[in-house]
Amino acid sequence: MNAKTLDGLGRNRRIALMALAVAAAMLGLGFASVPLYRLFCQATGFDGTTQRVTEDEAAQIKAVANTMSIRFDANVERGMPWQFKPLQRTDDITIGVRDMALFWAKNTSDHAITGTASFNVEPEQVGKYFNKIQCFCFTEQTLKPGEEVRMPVLYYVDPAILNDPDAKDVEQITLSYTFHPAINSGAKALDRTASGR
Amino acid sequence: MATTADHFQGHVDDHHGHADHDHKPGFFARWFMSTNHKDIGTMYLIFAIFAGVIGGAVSGIMRAELMHPGIQYLGAVASFFGDDASDFNATLHMWNVLITAHGLIMVFFVVMPATIGGFGNWFIPLMIGAPDMAFPRMNNISFWLTFAGFCSLMMSAFVPGGLGNGAGTGWTVYAPLSTYGSTGPAVDFGIFALHLAGAGSIMGAINLITTIFNMRAPGMTIHKMPLFVWSVLVTAFLLLLALPVLAAAITMLITDRNFGTTFFDPAGGGDPVLYQHLFWFFGHPEVYIMILPAFGMVSQIISTFSKKPVFGYLGMAYAMVAIGVVGFIVWAHHMYTTGLSVNTKMYFTAATMVIAVPTGVKIFSWIATMWGGSLEFKSPMVWSLGFIFLFTVGGVTGVVLANGGVDDVLHDTYYVVAHFHYVLSLGAVTALFAGFYYWFPKMSGRMHSEFLAHVHFWIFFIGVNLIFFPMHFLGLQGMPRRYPDYAEAYTHWNQVATVGYMIMAVSIVIWFINILYAFTAGKRAEGNYWGEGATTLEWTLSSPPPFHQFETLPVIEDAGHH
Repeated sequence: MNAKTLDGLGRNRRIALMALAVAAAMLGLGFASVPLYRLFCQATGFDGTTQRVTEDEAAQIKAVANTMSIRFDANVERGMPWQFKPLQRTDDITIGVRDMALFWAKNTSDHAITGTASFNVEPEQVGKYFNKIQCFCFTEQTLKPGEEVRMPVLYYVDPAILNDPDAKDVEQITLSYTFHPAINSGAKALDRTASGR
Repeated sequence: MATTADHFQGHVDDHHGHADHDHKPGFFARWFMSTNHKDIGTMYLIFAIFAGVIGGAVSGIMRAELMHPGIQYLGAVASFFGDDASDFNATLHMWNVLITAHGLIMVFFVVMPATIGGFGNWFIPLMIGAPDMAFPRMNNISFWLTFAGFCSLMMSAFVPGGLGNGAGTGWTVYAPLSTYGSTGPAVDFGIFALHLAGAGSIMGAINLITTIFNMRAPGMTIHKMPLFVWSVLVTAFLLLLALPVLAAAITMLITDRNFGTTFFDPAGGGDPVLYQHLFWFFGHPEVYIMILPAFGMVSQIISTFSKKPVFGYLGMAYAMVAIGVVGFIVWAHHMYTTGLSVNTKMYFTAATMVIAVPTGVKIFSWIATMWGGSLEFKSPMVWSLGFIFLFTVGGVTGVVLANGGVDDVLHDTYYVVAHFHYVLSLGAVTALFAGFYYWFPKMSGRMHSEFLAHVHFWIFFIGVNLIFFPMHFLGLQGMPRRYPDYAEAYTHWNQVATVGYMIMAVSIVIWFINILYAFTAGKRAEGNYWGEGATTLEWTLSSPPPFHQFETLPVIEDAGHH
């Protein structure tokens, strides 16, 4: 009886530890989902995540005859004292040929603000074909009080888009940017809380 | 390690074999340091009833407010919780606090403690012929963590949470409303409540899994376990896999709120949609966590009162396994409006509809169990039939909402509210009442009044249908969820719903009278008061069972009782 009981306790402990390991693994997976989700979006262009390419990669793309209309959109997070707009509303580009779009921003406050831009394209299934070679969104931008700046985006649309049945009806792509006060740059530039609104 | 706890832990420590096994410890040691699965189960049930009354009262305030367009009572409620009565934003914030509290209380502190903590603790050891749970002390910690979580949630109502007091994020706690959208400690208290309740539930799940795997009586193979045991086993695995993901997500919320991280903030490279993915990866299995034990209880009851084994036992067991497995790969059907591609929507639509198949197997098998059975319409049976009807209605609207295209229209309308209340409020809770009337005399040793139990059922049934059926109409007409006010066109059905609430509330009073009756004038219950149809092991014991049971383990014969 004694030996059997002790044996039973050992078995209980083993199952409990296995169950605990499963729970711990799921907890780890929960946290691991943050980098995994980012990788997934970058790799698949999920939800309109645009692609980032190097000069060398861009040089290998061959132009095709088809054109695509690109519409530009720019806005700032609510309460951020910047003006931000595209300098061209739309642009007709040749697919596979790089093009430059210009955006303009101005800090209307009396202190320097560092901003960082989030971005995506609509319709979201073209994210994986929208390639940026250079973009102001790759780095943070700091504007002194009253400073104005023109910011370029160098991009092209991958000709592979023409072979994707999901993207065959797409005639126009909207490229959208939103500037946020950069949180990681130290001083909080903006009271973003509910009471601050 | 308390010595008081040691000496009544019983069998495991008892090397002499002649201790007095029905010796109960004193009041404090018995209820505050309890290691007895029946006592802990009782505490869970009392706690769930207590929390249910609070959660129900919250919905009463909501139904009162929604009886007429405009804002009537919210200001008074807001000032009760310490808000400035003249601040209209704080008044409206109180509405968000109410819906949040109602959701969190009902999910984490009523249905889960009642099904898994209460009936699970009470009847899993009894049904598998075990003396107690595998880890009696951990069982105690699980309960008190849940209780502490509830206290944390209650406290959140009295501290600032943004525009007013209390956490007003909805039970989903979506970022960014729950991060920089809600200043003050209320949301932190709410998240802490989820951490505590979640930790308690994970421990409970580990305990149940170990108990069911290791402590079955000789001869009770996995394929001879009663279906309620199966349902709790599957539920425990869902808890183990889903709750840690919620824990991770809400921990990231805490650090986003307080420590400057940007997991869910685009300004720092995060994505609020990721929070939704994590939440619903937990949230969808969570709805099966709430309903699977109900399936198990209903299976026992239908079998008992048909005096037949359950039709298609293996199919019933593995249907629950299938529901549990598929439940993990359908989460984004809660997120159709977050910009999923057509292909993603097609997948989640199809995967979601697949769940209707094992669910259909269950409904079919319950009906087939009754077919040709010697039916007896005692109160648990009537409640179970009510469950089948109400759950099927909720399941059908679930199939409607599973369609990505249809959901674009119905998302966040009252149609969704109607759907999930039909499966949970009416489904899970009706099954809880069925289980209550089935096992209450077993737990208390006193018979309830069958007459009152039937009256309770019919008034409850009419009441809840009056509350929730009109919400289908309101939703189809476009009334959105989560608002304290509405256009006048919606007045009629809202009034019907509020009248339904009052009827339902009356039925709860009848329930309490019935409990009172049982304890004051109820007949003493025999060991097996339901007769020949009740064949599982708990019916071989007295009512209530001895403080420690199955000192000699029961042996299950080969011709088992399925």
